[in-house]
Amino acid sequence: MTSLNGRTASLNGLSRRSLIKTGAAGATLLSAPGLLMAQPAPVKLGILQPVTGNLAQDGEYGRIGAEAAINEVNAAGGIKSLGGAKLEMVFGDARSNPEGGTQEVERMHAEGVAAVVGGFASPICLAASQAASRYDLAYVVDVGVSDAIVSRGLKNTFRFGPGFGTVTKAAIENLVKLNDAAGKPARTVVLVHEDGLFGTGLAKLMNERLSALGFQILETIAHPTPARDMSNVALRIRALNPDLVIPSSYYGEFVLLARTMQQQRIRPKGIYAVLNGAASNFRFVKEFPEAAANVMDCNHWADPRKPKTAELRKQVEATGRFWLYNTPLNYSCVRLVADAIERAASRDRVKIIEAITASTFADHIMPYGPTRFENGQNLGAGPVNTQIQGGDIKVIFPAEFADAKPVYPVTG
Amino acid sequence: MFHSYPPQIVLEAVLNGLLTGSVYALVALGLTLVYGVLHIINFAHGALLTLAMFAVLMVHLGLGLDPYLAIPVLTPLFFGLGYGLQRLVIGPASRNDDGSILLVTLGLSIILENALLAVFRSDTRALTLDYSFQVVDLGFALLSLPRVIGFGVAILVAVVLWAVLSLTDTGKAIRAVAKEKLGAALVGIDVRHIYAVTFGLGTACIAIAACLLMPSFYVNPRVGNAFVLVAFTVVVLGGMGSIPGALIGGLAIGAVESLCGLYLGESLGQIGIFVIFILVLLFRPTGLFGAKA
Repeated sequence: MTSLNGRTASLNGLSRRSLIKTGAAGATLLSAPGLLMAQPAPVKLGILQPVTGNLAQDGEYGRIGAEAAINEVNAAGGIKSLGGAKLEMVFGDARSNPEGGTQEVERMHAEGVAAVVGGFASPICLAASQAASRYDLAYVVDVGVSDAIVSRGLKNTFRFGPGFGTVTKAAIENLVKLNDAAGKPARTVVLVHEDGLFGTGLAKLMNERLSALGFQILETIAHPTPARDMSNVALRIRALNPDLVIPSSYYGEFVLLARTMQQQRIRPKGIYAVLNGAASNFRFVKEFPEAAANVMDCNHWADPRKPKTAELRKQVEATGRFWLYNTPLNYSCVRLVADAIERAASRDRVKIIEAITASTFADHIMPYGPTRFENGQNLGAGPVNTQIQGGDIKVIFPAEFADAKPVYPVTG
Repeated sequence: MFHSYPPQIVLEAVLNGLLTGSVYALVALGLTLVYGVLHIINFAHGALLTLAMFAVLMVHLGLGLDPYLAIPVLTPLFFGLGYGLQRLVIGPASRNDDGSILLVTLGLSIILENALLAVFRSDTRALTLDYSFQVVDLGFALLSLPRVIGFGVAILVAVVLWAVLSLTDTGKAIRAVAKEKLGAALVGIDVRHIYAVTFGLGTACIAIAACLLMPSFYVNPRVGNAFVLVAFTVVVLGGMGSIPGALIGGLAIGAVESLCGLYLGESLGQIGIFVIFILVLLFRPTGLFGAKA
């Protein structure tokens, strides 16, 4: 109501403008419970990956998988037992070191996450899961293969993928099958490994078990990450002339080694990598087809038989990225946690831990059966053997997942 | 841990070490030049090397330019970049005599590294060239062709740089500024210009090192740090500010690293470098060739 002199008139002490404001506020208040019912608060999920520092490549591909799973869960209606609450990613950069991982877990706790997924490297996973245990925060390890991660009795720590004990066992079993089927052409071995927690532990196990099986370990060569030069490693391999070279390194170092070996004309009967960062990486296959040809790897790999695997791979490749195991592993880990929250029907951290402990989740894209955790380790998890053939990465073991026959011994 | 190897293997390891050492020398040349004249420890040196390596990658993928042919293109570009950085960032920041310039170069390094991460993402990339896998067969040793070329060019660059500093007017001005900044200014030398030229020369050395590395190495947003840490050792060994010192120091460190790697293992081999670093600091802090520019 405007008076003739242009000033807002009073109506029992209230101006028209303030009345409208009050009315709008009242309406908002009245409708608020309805709005809250329609859209419950999101469930925050901590995604921890090293996206800067030496391990940035692996962390980046892990994040891609986690994001894809979160988007998928949200598109399908969120966590239904919590009224359709959406998953909200709280991302933490572990900066490729345990301290970075720990700091990010502390921040995630402060931001009220329901669980944490990721870590990638063993030292990061060890420290970050320990930090999470102080807050009863479920921590699902994506890769971190050191068996120390699941042998500390921490109730909050779960590893979806296999540890290096399981991987080494499978790698050796498959190697013996491969060698026997070819008439035992290989007897002598050189092990090459990165000198961190994962490489050193793995080399120790390989040394013990391969020696017990009658293979002769000519030398075990450790190298740092990053390594500036692999000439000496190649030189020693050339001097020892082993039947098999078994490398366990991160991407850059294996690429350097494979290139140097090719250059130095070192042609063993097989390069049988275990948990290798490059041998299951399409960038390596594409950029160095000759050095990559016939390289075998025993590693994490998505189940090629599941339709969702092809769908996610297509989705990732459409963005110009390569298909690495980090992506399907993190995709599956996030789906596992979402399933646990769904079943827990609660944001309570202890209930979520209980739900993961009892999980029999099967809707993942790894070549595992339903999850079954014992001391935090998924007993259903296992690696597969891949081989680079014809510019593609094929599964050669176990037989039920295989989409190609092994090329071994490599000749020419 | 200790192995015995035939002399041929030991010789080949030494030769490989010298080839790697020539790249260390080239990276150290830029570092030592900047330190010798500007008295700045440039922590952004590694990030600039990474930037140069990505530049080599881009001109190869975008323009089809071979890394060796990229030398005449990228060297002046990086000289200009170094010149500009000194005039616009390093110079103004170094006026405060409180050591804050170290933080500025460190900050520059972090900015560059993260900018490269944002633009190129975290993937490790490498070039596959026709000659990447070719070797020079000496009969008793197989040496990587790109690394042999790198060795030759690195020696050439060191000699040219030494000649420029010794024989040209600009070189003499650089040496004069390094020795006595105030005196040089009094005789009419534009000290600010000379500082920028020196920083430009140091950055140009990095561009050449990047062109020599790319045919046989890989690149990711942090790769430069792997070379710069060892380049600091080379600078200390050779003598801060010394061009011959950087060259001899680089080759010596390369050979020591390679031999330690052969006998002690690659991981422990790197200890050899740091043992040298500590010994030089303890017993000859001015390095093998003193602190002459």
